[in-house]
Amino acid sequence: MPVADPESDRSATAEAVPAPSRRTFIATATAVSGAVVAGGLATAPAALGATEAVAAEGPPAGTISLTINGARHTATVDNRVSLLDLLREHLDLTGSKKGCNAGACGACTVLVDGHRVNSCLTLAVRLDDAEVTTIEGLADGDHLHPLQQAFIDQDAYQCGFCTSGQIMSGVGCIKEGRTRTPDEIREWMSGNLCRCGCYVKIVRAVEQATGQK
Amino acid sequence: MYPFTLTKPTGTTEALQAGGRGGRYIAGGTTLVDLMRETVERPGVLVDITALPLRDTALTKGGALRIGALVRMTEAAAHPLVRDLYPVISQALELSASAQLRNMATIGGNIMQRTRCTYFRDVTADCNKREPGSGCAALNGFNRGHAILGTSDQCVATHPSDLAVALAALEASVHLTAPDGSRRTIPFTDFLLQPGSTPDREQALQPGELITAVEIPAMPRPLKSGYLKVRDRQSYEFALTSAAVALHIRSGVIREAKVAAGGVGTVPWKLPAVEQALIGERPSDRLWSKAADHAADGAHPLTHNGFKVELLKRTVEQQLRTVGGTS
Repeated sequence: MPVADPESDRSATAEAVPAPSRRTFIATATAVSGAVVAGGLATAPAALGATEAVAAEGPPAGTISLTINGARHTATVDNRVSLLDLLREHLDLTGSKKGCNAGACGACTVLVDGHRVNSCLTLAVRLDDAEVTTIEGLADGDHLHPLQQAFIDQDAYQCGFCTSGQIMSGVGCIKEGRTRTPDEIREWMSGNLCRCGCYVKIVRAVEQATGQK
Repeated sequence: MYPFTLTKPTGTTEALQAGGRGGRYIAGGTTLVDLMRETVERPGVLVDITALPLRDTALTKGGALRIGALVRMTEAAAHPLVRDLYPVISQALELSASAQLRNMATIGGNIMQRTRCTYFRDVTADCNKREPGSGCAALNGFNRGHAILGTSDQCVATHPSDLAVALAALEASVHLTAPDGSRRTIPFTDFLLQPGSTPDREQALQPGELITAVEIPAMPRPLKSGYLKVRDRQSYEFALTSAAVALHIRSGVIREAKVAAGGVGTVPWKLPAVEQALIGERPSDRLWSKAADHAADGAHPLTHNGFKVELLKRTVEQQLRTVGGTS
């Protein structure tokens, strides 16, 4: 029987009712311990107090210092924690979405050192000194990034769940120069699935934003 | 995911020592992290090798092309030497995965990636590759995507890499360094192992051995090459069938032919009978058809993948025509 999966919401909610949500549970632990100990909490029974949970022979962790949307963060993370979970569960940057959690849907796409990657398959502990840009870091104050504006102009979404990943991937796609034709955009955006089927308009949005700064 | 410790060696010697002690090397991590989350992979120690100096792509003195193990798929596909000399490699890489994954995954990791067989990835299913002796759920299960070549009664899973098909076609080799520092180079087609009675053993690696580079031999010029991938959707999908073809045609006669198929074998499947049928002949539609007739020689289809036999022949025929023309 494996140790509870730190990425599974079930591990934090299945043991006790009323169980704290995973996010509030960890936020509590963080406040008490004064450190972000991501993920390791899930291995302790819910009955343990937060401090004990942190102290109880925690699983292997590492301390990283990285820049996210221009702000420097230092965090101690369980080695198993993905960049996606670090963003969503510990830094409250919930714009990046967890779709498949297996590198198959692209909803978690962010830029790491300028390159688009799947944050769900990126171990946070390996990102010391990395520079991460998420959807929250794209706009300049109230001034939207051209691709964000293009998604609005082209009505390039319905439910919106994949949109932040689409936009981050589109930013990468434009940067890579893979936007010369609609076919090329479709191919180089294929790592982002949209179950609502907004592909035609997503391609138009990427076309619109190409060449704009 | 099971807990694991992580070491971040800054040099090759340190990394090899950690590997020699049983650590598992991690580069891009796109396969390994995914499989660790599914608890298919349960390494206790990861050795992060991204700081090692294995990022060069260059020609050797003998004119071979050497690609460092830590070169990203994106970088390799875009490299001028790769694009100019071996388009088949660029194409195979760019038809793999997604732009995001190609930005993460490395060349060394690509040839280490494990099968996409759903029974292998499902820890509740019987799988001799994951759990030797437990059986093979794919043999009598849903095996539409499985192999028709190189199978055994223990395992019928396909090798998923497109790059590996191009490397097999071009008769590449793999450079390895052992924990004691000794080096060896083995043919790529010997590097990946057919399942036989030990499907859990997939590569001819010794404990702790590290891939440092792949090397594609010099080929006579002019050389035309390319990769065709056939799949259930147009992009971001693994191959049902694929074909890597390289032809050296001089004075209207095919002097050298390198052909391999993907999506159909437990390892990338070199097609010597197709190559032999081409060498010494003049390009023509009839020749492509005749040579491709040998593409599925020795195939053993399963319950649901009989269509791959004809699809493979047509895939090879079409790619021979695309690369060789009909002059």
